[in-house]
Amino acid sequence: MISAASTLAAEANSPLMPHVYELVVGSFAFLVVFLVVGKILTPRIQKTLAERTEAIEGGIKKAEDAQAEAQRTLEQYRAQLAEARQEAARLRDEAREQGAQIKAELREEAQAEARRIIEAAHAQIEADRQQAITQLRGEIGRLSTELASRIVGESLEDEVRQRRIVDRFLEELEGRPEAVR
Amino acid sequence: MTPLMLVAEDFTAPGPSIFDFPPLYEGAPTWLTKPVLMAVLGALVVCALAWSAFANPKLVPRGMQNIGEMGYQFVRDQVARPFLGKDAERWMPLLLSLFFLILLWNFFGVVPLIQIPVASHIAFPVVFAVVIYVIKIYLGIKHQGLGGYFKNMMFPPGLPKPIYVLLAPIEFLSNLIIAPFTHAVRLFANMFAGHLILAFFSAVGFWFLFEKLTPLGAGLGVLGVVMTIGMTGFEMFIQFLQAFLFTMLAAMYIGGSLHPEH
Repeated sequence: MISAASTLAAEANSPLMPHVYELVVGSFAFLVVFLVVGKILTPRIQKTLAERTEAIEGGIKKAEDAQAEAQRTLEQYRAQLAEARQEAARLRDEAREQGAQIKAELREEAQAEARRIIEAAHAQIEADRQQAITQLRGEIGRLSTELASRIVGESLEDEVRQRRIVDRFLEELEGRPEAVR
Repeated sequence: MTPLMLVAEDFTAPGPSIFDFPPLYEGAPTWLTKPVLMAVLGALVVCALAWSAFANPKLVPRGMQNIGEMGYQFVRDQVARPFLGKDAERWMPLLLSLFFLILLWNFFGVVPLIQIPVASHIAFPVVFAVVIYVIKIYLGIKHQGLGGYFKNMMFPPGLPKPIYVLLAPIEFLSNLIIAPFTHAVRLFANMFAGHLILAFFSAVGFWFLFEKLTPLGAGLGVLGVVMTIGMTGFEMFIQFLQAFLFTMLAAMYIGGSLHPEH
């Protein structure tokens, strides 16, 4: 049989009945932890975490800025390149046009020069021909007279008559085209 | 009767008496017991660990700070933010202290030689629960007014009138009497039962393998040892879970007093 005293003792030790001294120690322990961990240390780590967030956000912002800057520069370079290409094409076209123009001008000049030379040659030839005809006319007259006087055997004294005969003869000659050409 | 039954009859399973501790040494004051010593030791260890992690925090964390931050972020993201929203940062000191201290006190249950979860003595969970209870009521009256607090608690809007006859006393009971009681008892009972289970299986192993080793009893002893190892792992999970749950409920009560609409 269990005595009343031990029953009482067992009830005093019931696991659901808190010991007063444990309540005191528990409160004290929690207070110490709250002061050290909660009041001193938690604000520190909160501050550090906030700073880290800021640093990361700052880094991301910086990287974004740098990327935007690079993009802008690239666009600029592309625009410049396109402009330069256009410029080059324009210059090429211009040069081609100019070249063609110069060629045409030179050709025209050369043709004109050639024409001028040919004309001059023609004039010279004509003059030479006239001179030759004039010279020939005198020469032929003299030669013919000499020939005729030799053939006829008599000297035709009369200068004037002689001249007339030669002229007539020559005119006859000119009247026949095949004889002149 | 088989030999096994004879031995089994001699075996006495550990009972609630394993939670009774005498004073630490002859002539010591009655309050200086192992759980008290472990409670103080746990508080000091938590302070020391937290100090090594957070005393001089770096932007790029190293070593202990990494572990400490894991704990901090766990409490902040899983406990504080879901229940307190934008007030989370303000209540982190309380919640973090609560979580770290309960977690370490619970882990003492599986640390060799210490092997007593401090919260298995109900006084310790009671301290936490009372602190949270006082904060809950203080915040509720401060933010909602004395009448508003009880009106929001007992007369949630949008219900047919006769329901309130039933609902008002239930809500009053559940919020002001049952909630703090279960808050403390949930942690206490889990630690108490867990410790009892570990004690039972290790007692089985010790008794059948060392005290009364018999061919038939040996198998039972081995089973006891295996179960002790398995249950130790399970206990660690429960210890973590209860620390998390206690802190989460604390955050829920505080959040409920700050924002009655939720």
